[in-house]
Amino acid sequence: MRFPAAPRSWHPGAASAASPLFRVPAVAVIAASLLALPPAAGAGDQGPASSMSTDRQLDRVLAAEQRRTAAIATASETAVAIFAGAAGGGSGVLISPDGYALTNFHVVQPAGIAMRCGLNDGRLYDAVLVGLDPTGDLALIKLLGRDDFPHAELADSDRVVVGDDCFVIGNPFLLATDLNPSVSVGVVSGIHRYQFPAGTILEYADCLQVDAAINPGNSGGGLFDAAGRLIGINGRASFEKRGRINVGVGYAISANQVRNFLGVLKGGRLADHATLGATVATSFDGRVVVSDILESSDAWRRGLRIDDEVVALAGRPVRSVNAFKNMLGTLPAGWRVPLVYRRGGRPTEIVVELAGVHTTAMLADIVSGGRGKPKRPGPGHPEGQPPPNPLTPKPEDLPELIRPLYEPRLGFTNFHFNRVELRRVLDRVAERAAGAGKPAGERASWNFRGRLEQGGAFEIELADAAASIGLPTGVSRWEPVAAEAGLAAEAGFDASPPGSGGMLAALTLWRRLLLDGDRGGGRLIYWGQQPTAATGGLADVLELTTGAGRARFSVDPAGAVVAVDFLLSPTAEPCEIVFAFPADGGSARQPETIVVDHAGRRFATFRIEELTP
Amino acid sequence: MSRGQNFSLPLLAVLAAAVPLCGTTAAAGEATAAGAAAARRVVKLYGAGGIRGLEAYQTGIIVSPTGHIVTALSTALDSEVIDCVLDDGRRYPARLLGADLRRELAVLEIDGENLPCFSLSATASRAAVGSRVLALSNLFGVAVGDERVSLQHGVIAACVPLQARRGSHEAAYRGDVYVLDCTTNNPGSPGGCLTDWQGRFLGMLGKELRAEPSGIWLSYALPADEVARGYEQVLSGKPSSSPTVGPEQDYDPALLGLVLVPDLLDKTPAFVEAVLPESAAAAAGLEPDDLVVAVGDRTITCQRQLRQELGRLLPGDAVRLGVIRGGTIVSTDLGELPPQPEPAVAEEAQ
Repeated sequence: MRFPAAPRSWHPGAASAASPLFRVPAVAVIAASLLALPPAAGAGDQGPASSMSTDRQLDRVLAAEQRRTAAIATASETAVAIFAGAAGGGSGVLISPDGYALTNFHVVQPAGIAMRCGLNDGRLYDAVLVGLDPTGDLALIKLLGRDDFPHAELADSDRVVVGDDCFVIGNPFLLATDLNPSVSVGVVSGIHRYQFPAGTILEYADCLQVDAAINPGNSGGGLFDAAGRLIGINGRASFEKRGRINVGVGYAISANQVRNFLGVLKGGRLADHATLGATVATSFDGRVVVSDILESSDAWRRGLRIDDEVVALAGRPVRSVNAFKNMLGTLPAGWRVPLVYRRGGRPTEIVVELAGVHTTAMLADIVSGGRGKPKRPGPGHPEGQPPPNPLTPKPEDLPELIRPLYEPRLGFTNFHFNRVELRRVLDRVAERAAGAGKPAGERASWNFRGRLEQGGAFEIELADAAASIGLPTGVSRWEPVAAEAGLAAEAGFDASPPGSGGMLAALTLWRRLLLDGDRGGGRLIYWGQQPTAATGGLADVLELTTGAGRARFSVDPAGAVVAVDFLLSPTAEPCEIVFAFPADGGSARQPETIVVDHAGRRFATFRIEELTP
Repeated sequence: MSRGQNFSLPLLAVLAAAVPLCGTTAAAGEATAAGAAAARRVVKLYGAGGIRGLEAYQTGIIVSPTGHIVTALSTALDSEVIDCVLDDGRRYPARLLGADLRRELAVLEIDGENLPCFSLSATASRAAVGSRVLALSNLFGVAVGDERVSLQHGVIAACVPLQARRGSHEAAYRGDVYVLDCTTNNPGSPGGCLTDWQGRFLGMLGKELRAEPSGIWLSYALPADEVARGYEQVLSGKPSSSPTVGPEQDYDPALLGLVLVPDLLDKTPAFVEAVLPESAAAAAGLEPDDLVVAVGDRTITCQRQLRQELGRLLPGDAVRLGVIRGGTIVSTDLGELPPQPEPAVAEEAQ
């Protein structure tokens, strides 16, 4: 009811506490069907063989029931009942022992930064808002006070099949006043569903559709598979003529989409979704073709043009416009993903960086519910003073417990948690560096020698005051300005060596990260996670903004910086560097190979033979 | 991660409900397999409409390998072009072959070959009350292109004669329907497919109607045998199967040989004034002064209702009248309903 719902779609989340509608016992409780077991299925008439088979079936039924009740009991411990006083409330689900829990944006939007959450252990916990994804209707909160919270395992939701059993645990109609959640069971009705944005945001892409009852108040709660693994976050349902009650058509944000955004959320950022900068349409013969494209988009720079057929995006085939939107809608802004297009029968694979759908200011405005705009003064709100927004409170208005855990900053939900994640990753990087044994005189310049894959020798020297590279084609040199003084900004970067997009600058920033962490100048934040070819999975990403340049460092779980992605300026073509380390790990600063790509082309592959000192 | 974890509900289904139906043992992931098998025989239909309450989309069931599709008769079919999208995303234009107005069932045709289909049988047995069922439909139009129709699960809660309406539209069908405990009364669901947990065809999801006695939105399905009869009726090309026939017309009891007392009041009782010789009424033994109180299972209180109830029947339907004679109720059988003279308005629209 907070949002202008799209026709026939609503967000069941914020059930109003004051709503008179919901006194009905709407909880679909399981297991009633067990009572309907046939009385021995007429075994008496059918002789001992049949009786034995019935016994076996009965055993299987009882075993299945036991599995189900066990899965539900375990999952129920992870269910969070969110109460936000007069603002309503909703559901959530714990995903880590230190108290991180997922819920919907539209549940926490009225609740604000600080909230109270109940678990089925009968206790109330204080919780603080960590990160928001307004477009994807996701929010991450952190429950406080324990490091051993029961938590659910995020499953691979791409393995879910239509017809799978599933169950929903949550706080429908805010019935869980005793903190015991309600359970409803059903089957998966559809997968890879696309639900248009309700109003301007809250797009549900690639979502799961279930017939388990999802009612107002279930929003933000978990959707579980038969084994009790978390496959989605419930948040939306279709309705038509009966009002806001379940009609057997509910939608959940897939666990895989959640996983894509989890890094951004944990970093306290205001997440944005991705756009290709191009629109697609179905052609007369059923192909998905580019119908329009921005010349400022990365896809354009990589060569995508109008009428090209889009064949695959981010590793998934695109057979319909919906499939395209589904795939795109699950990706965070800034990710670099492969795209396959076909022109004149010939397929081409490119890697494109996806832009954000919104500007930071737009997101901030969405989060504040449009409160940034000047409004007609109302009673209680003096002219020019917008009403207080629960998501951007004054620190002194927060409970004392929460105050040290909240730090406002533009573009972030709660910058405090960015510091937490940044520290976590930097500690890991430092640990890796220490584990490899710091060479004496590390402040000295780093000299790499070796051979290029395409032939010829090379020499790279990285130091605080200068960097140079010797290639068969010549020598290039770059001097970082003001680096030693640790000033916040570089005076400027250049693209040396020519054709690399700024490899020397990128390597200098990499060296500085390894040596100085966040004391190396510029603005370093925890950016989130992104898939890296180097590890195959998601890697933590740190983003350094310095002067006009921007570098993103991918850090693998072992603390190795496995890739650097560098832009000289916001409009420059990237210099992409991938480090490969020896199988035994080796030194953090001594990769086996360094592969450098620029503007979608291979610049060089460096095989390192020697590092001094 | 193993799919084998998923058989708790299907097992229950078979044991709890389907034992009288079949002796087979439930297999793991049954709803998954049954749903997938059935979904290949279900199509999404797109036609006219789009204003609130009048959906431009619904569901259909393939019933012949060459492309016959049964669906609910609705305004969505009142279109020059009906788009039919198969489970694999293939798109066909569909033609309206005809309709069974009483069952509100339409038959469409697409140019298909070797299509996966359900075979209909007018002697299909009814599923027991309590049977667990799967419902597949194009609900809310959420599945587009090659996306699969939605799957829901439920239980047959009752098998009872339909009494339903929506506003001024009263359901013409008065026979048995399966009443379901899951909500299949949703936009796009009419014409959807009801199966058991082995994927066997049980019926066709009904229209978006309210139960007449309670006003509650009703989730129901036309049983498979009735679907088969409707389909046969359309194929046989019997009169009244033309989809262009307008609303039901009152039926003149004189065509059965019944002459009633003059209809002077708002609710003139249906007293028989005379019985025409060699008529159906005469053959059934009706007599002057009989008071007609029922047509089939439906009670009537006046002559107007008698004409309306007879008008619901189709030519060829069995006519049974209940009459009060000398203080007792007598049931009479008048054989098949003779056709009415063609109404002047009937036009071919195709």
